[in-house]
Amino acid sequence: MATAQEAAPRLTRRRRRQLVLGGEYAIFVVVVVALVASADWGQIHTNFANWSIAKQLFPDVITVGLRNTLIYTITGFVLGLAAGLVLALMRLSSAAPYRWFALVYIEVFRGLPALLIFVFVGTGVPLAFPGTNLPGGVYGQAALALGLVSAAYMAETIRAGIEAVPRGQMEAARTLGMSHGRAMRTIVVPQALRIVIPPLTNELVLLFKDSSLALFLGLTLTERELSKYANDVASQQGNSTPIIVAAICYLIVTIPLSYLARRLEARQKKGQR
Amino acid sequence: MIEVRDLHKSFGDLEVLRGIDLEVGAGEVVCVIGPSGSGKSTLLRCVNLLEQPTSGTVVVDGVELTDPECDIDAVRRRIGMVFQQFNLFPHLSVLANVTVAQRKVLRRSAAEAEKTARANLERVGLADKVDAYPAQLSGGQQQRVAIARALAMGPAVMLFDEPTSALDPELVGDVLAVMRSLAVEGMTMMVVTHEMSFAREVADRVVFMDGGVIVEEGPAAEVIGAPVNERTRTFLSRVLDPAAAQVGEVEDV
Repeated sequence: MATAQEAAPRLTRRRRRQLVLGGEYAIFVVVVVALVASADWGQIHTNFANWSIAKQLFPDVITVGLRNTLIYTITGFVLGLAAGLVLALMRLSSAAPYRWFALVYIEVFRGLPALLIFVFVGTGVPLAFPGTNLPGGVYGQAALALGLVSAAYMAETIRAGIEAVPRGQMEAARTLGMSHGRAMRTIVVPQALRIVIPPLTNELVLLFKDSSLALFLGLTLTERELSKYANDVASQQGNSTPIIVAAICYLIVTIPLSYLARRLEARQKKGQR
Repeated sequence: MIEVRDLHKSFGDLEVLRGIDLEVGAGEVVCVIGPSGSGKSTLLRCVNLLEQPTSGTVVVDGVELTDPECDIDAVRRRIGMVFQQFNLFPHLSVLANVTVAQRKVLRRSAAEAEKTARANLERVGLADKVDAYPAQLSGGQQQRVAIARALAMGPAVMLFDEPTSALDPELVGDVLAVMRSLAVEGMTMMVVTHEMSFAREVADRVVFMDGGVIVEEGPAAEVIGAPVNERTRTFLSRVLDPAAAQVGEVEDV
């Protein structure tokens, strides 16, 4: 025993842990200090946290920017949810052409950058279907673009939700004399939607951010959403404070939503028996 | 009431039912017993076409279900089914579980559906649970709600697929009591079960299945009390007194 102790390295396990942890803290402190020391605080204050410029942003940043961002997001989400539900049901259909169409749609729209979809909706749709004006002008275009993108993602989420509903639910409904479609509508889909509320909340957060791409549709002054509005004012004033204000506006919405999604998810896990 | 003729069912290469002939008369209670994998659940699920038979005919209440022209949804309204796993709708209250099909399928008014639901929940002893949700009920209570849900449709026949197998032992009695009272009221019932005492007391006839065929059938007292077939005898002795079973006395168990 005694020899074993002597032969052991002087570095005990506890000592080793202390050293590693101390090293990690030291690196962290050095990096922070270096950043703080090298930054020009006066410049940062006037450029990013300029109170007089921030004040000028109100109320437009809310009544125009945030308002339009919310409109684009919510209309896009509603459209995407409806289309996503239809695509999910098509994906599970017994008619092969429906399944193929849904699969192709989902793969195509998940594989393309959202930016491309916006450009396509802004320029391609008017060219492809001349004379057709989407209701609401840019509002309709933004809703369509966001809907097209999110439908693909939501379709896959909803399909997974439908498949997560136990088979016995469909069997019980059919046994009671419901048709397949009736059983889907009354029994399976309502349960599936409950299951997918947390992932759909996350999808809403993603859409909220993607709504900034609406600027590629060419927005008039009153149609500007948060990012475009902040960017315009920032370049007018030669100051970055509006960007910070817009960022805070985004986070005020996204952080509670993400928190809500996590809470719902946790509650669902607990509720399973 | 139920007439099964030369019924075959295969899942891929696996032949689960190999020629079943069975009749259940009006008001008769038939218990189907047998080892797991013998095809008894599959037989029951073929009777309301939850499984599509490979060949053979099934006639219930004068309608041939196996006829491709048959409106299966309409026939199923007349065939109640109770599952091993209850399969209550978890997103609906007890009352809604019992009314939903009455409303959507039978097109009954809300008031009429609720009246029928309450009467049937009373029948299974759960009138005070109308507003509860399935997750708040014990397994035995859930299964009784499932029975009330099936009864509310006014079925001519009731199918039970191992209705007590998923229950804690002390909850089995309540469900069996409900089933017994149904039998007394004259309901036509086909019951797949492992509850030998229930089969002996309540069944008019017991059918013993093994390997996808009916090995023995007859009055409950004869099949359970004095089985003729060797396979039936071994099965029953093992079920009735598991502690006395000898290792290796039965093949492929």
